Amino acid sequence: MPRLVSHPDEFKIVSRRFGQGAAQIDRYIELGGYESAKKCLAQGPEWIINEMKASNLRGRGGAGFSTGMKWSFVPKQSAKPKYVLVNGDESEPGTCKDHLIFLHDPHAVIEGTIIAGLAIGAKVGFIYLRGEYRYLLEIVEKAVADAYLKGFLGKKIFGTDTDFDVITQTGAGAYEVGEESALMESLEGKRGIPRIKPPFPAVVGLYGGPTIINNAETIATVPHIIAMGATAYSDVGTQRNGGTRLFCLSGHVEHPGVYELPMGYNLKKMIYEVGGGVAGGRKLKAVVPGGSSTPVLLPEEIENLGMDFDQVGKAGSMLGSGGVVVIDDQTCMVEFALRTIGFYQHESCGWCIPCREGTDWLKKSLTRFHAGFGTAADISNMQYLAENMLGRTFCPLGDAAAMPTIAFLKKFRKEFEDHLDGKPCPYAKEGVPQLTVV
Amino acid sequence: MSSESKTIFSPQLAARFDALVEKYPVRRSALIPMLLYAQDEVGYLSDAVIAEVARRIGITELDVRNVASYYSLLRFKPAGEYNIQVCTNICCMLRGGYEILERFREELGVDPKGVTADGLFSLEEVECIGACSWAPAIQVNYDFHDELKPDLVPGIIDGYRSKAKAKGKNKNA
Repeated sequence: MPRLVSHPDEFKIVSRRFGQGAAQIDRYIELGGYESAKKCLAQGPEWIINEMKASNLRGRGGAGFSTGMKWSFVPKQSAKPKYVLVNGDESEPGTCKDHLIFLHDPHAVIEGTIIAGLAIGAKVGFIYLRGEYRYLLEIVEKAVADAYLKGFLGKKIFGTDTDFDVITQTGAGAYEVGEESALMESLEGKRGIPRIKPPFPAVVGLYGGPTIINNAETIATVPHIIAMGATAYSDVGTQRNGGTRLFCLSGHVEHPGVYELPMGYNLKKMIYEVGGGVAGGRKLKAVVPGGSSTPVLLPEEIENLGMDFDQVGKAGSMLGSGGVVVIDDQTCMVEFALRTIGFYQHESCGWCIPCREGTDWLKKSLTRFHAGFGTAADISNMQYLAENMLGRTFCPLGDAAAMPTIAFLKKFRKEFEDHLDGKPCPYAKEGVPQLTVV
Repeated sequence: MSSESKTIFSPQLAARFDALVEKYPVRRSALIPMLLYAQDEVGYLSDAVIAEVARRIGITELDVRNVASYYSLLRFKPAGEYNIQVCTNICCMLRGGYEILERFREELGVDPKGVTADGLFSLEEVECIGACSWAPAIQVNYDFHDELKPDLVPGIIDGYRSKAKAKGKNKNA
């Protein structure tokens, strides 16, 4: 069972009901649940979208796009049905926040889905969970069934004239399906390959109808914004970065866990105070700030770094999905790079050649490198490969492999050079199996 | 009674599938969950499973295979009754995921993708399972075990062994 943690610096909004039995509908209602949906039913779509815009909530899946803006792109009139699609395919290494949301507060996701549906005029919402989250799917399905029994879903919800249905769906193991257009393909019963854009999902999405796709954390935040007010929510964060975020601290940190901190929270403080510092009192070597696809940062780069989309972007990386991976000074960065790229090679759907071939070549080069058979030319070849993958694919998976590679090569060039010409890995520990082929 | 006259699934699963194909705006949306639930019951996607799922959805078997081959949780040959999936992705790796994998390999005497002789366990090295802050973590079928240490491995295996034994007894009773 995932352990819950807490720290005085936390500002609990999304995680407010964690550990309080809110997966039970009566408890959820007792804790103020479903009041936001009722309020939205009374206020209407325009008011909801304006609140969302004013809250400065930005997509928690990684792209950081304004949620209110995204919702406003959906055409008011549409010949085809409109849909809300909740992305709970959480698969970016380093990210485990939706896991806790589904476990502790599934009704927040359902309520957020209803509100999103009201905002765009959809009658159906889908909640898609990755296949590995079976026990969580069962929790969500129970919550959905309970909401139907209470009349919060189905025909004439909350006694109004509005109908709204929620359908749950399971994936079956594919990182790529976390990409919005691949997610729609998967939900339509196909291989999870991305679609070309435009048209964007807001215009032509699921089953060809206008669709909004939001991350589960984004959706779970929505009822809280309605309850506390857009301005109050926005005030918690930094400029253009409203509210809080669930940061998943992992790796070599003394107290790993999922902490809800205000947007813009200092990264160094997050590691040393919230996380209790580097495990075993060792020294910090690097941090991956937002899931494995985000470029690695050095200790000197995090001194004054506030964790919001804009500041991390300025520092040359991305806030991504909120997965903060802490790496100590005993870690071989070539091995770390190999394991990172091994993942993207495994998960590349094969649709676009630069990604399919690029990730494969990168993995092969890094495997050879880590085994001590790299050459100086390999370093520049990997750089060249990665640079030529950038922006040349339908979806961002190619970039997700290329961006961290470029950062590893640039920031840890010396470690790569230390592996040249048959030299054994300087970080190899006796008795610990070395990563060879993933 | 299931809509299929000759079903290979249990009556419960057949009834569930009858409902599942009607649940979505488009019948085919039921495909991936159906394959996964069928695999949970049968153990893998046998030819018979693929044929029946194709019939139920109304697409060709080739279509079903084309989709199924994309998803890493779906398999075309049997795994052990308890499929042990050890995450070795970055967060688990940093906290000893490879040591956990190695210990399972020793205790079970099989390599990743292998099945024990008694068919009880299979071992797999898998990508991120979404338990990064509680690493290193594994999944046995759908159950998570997190914050592991190599010395906890034998206990986990014994736990599932007793579970299998208890199940066997129930079956005979």
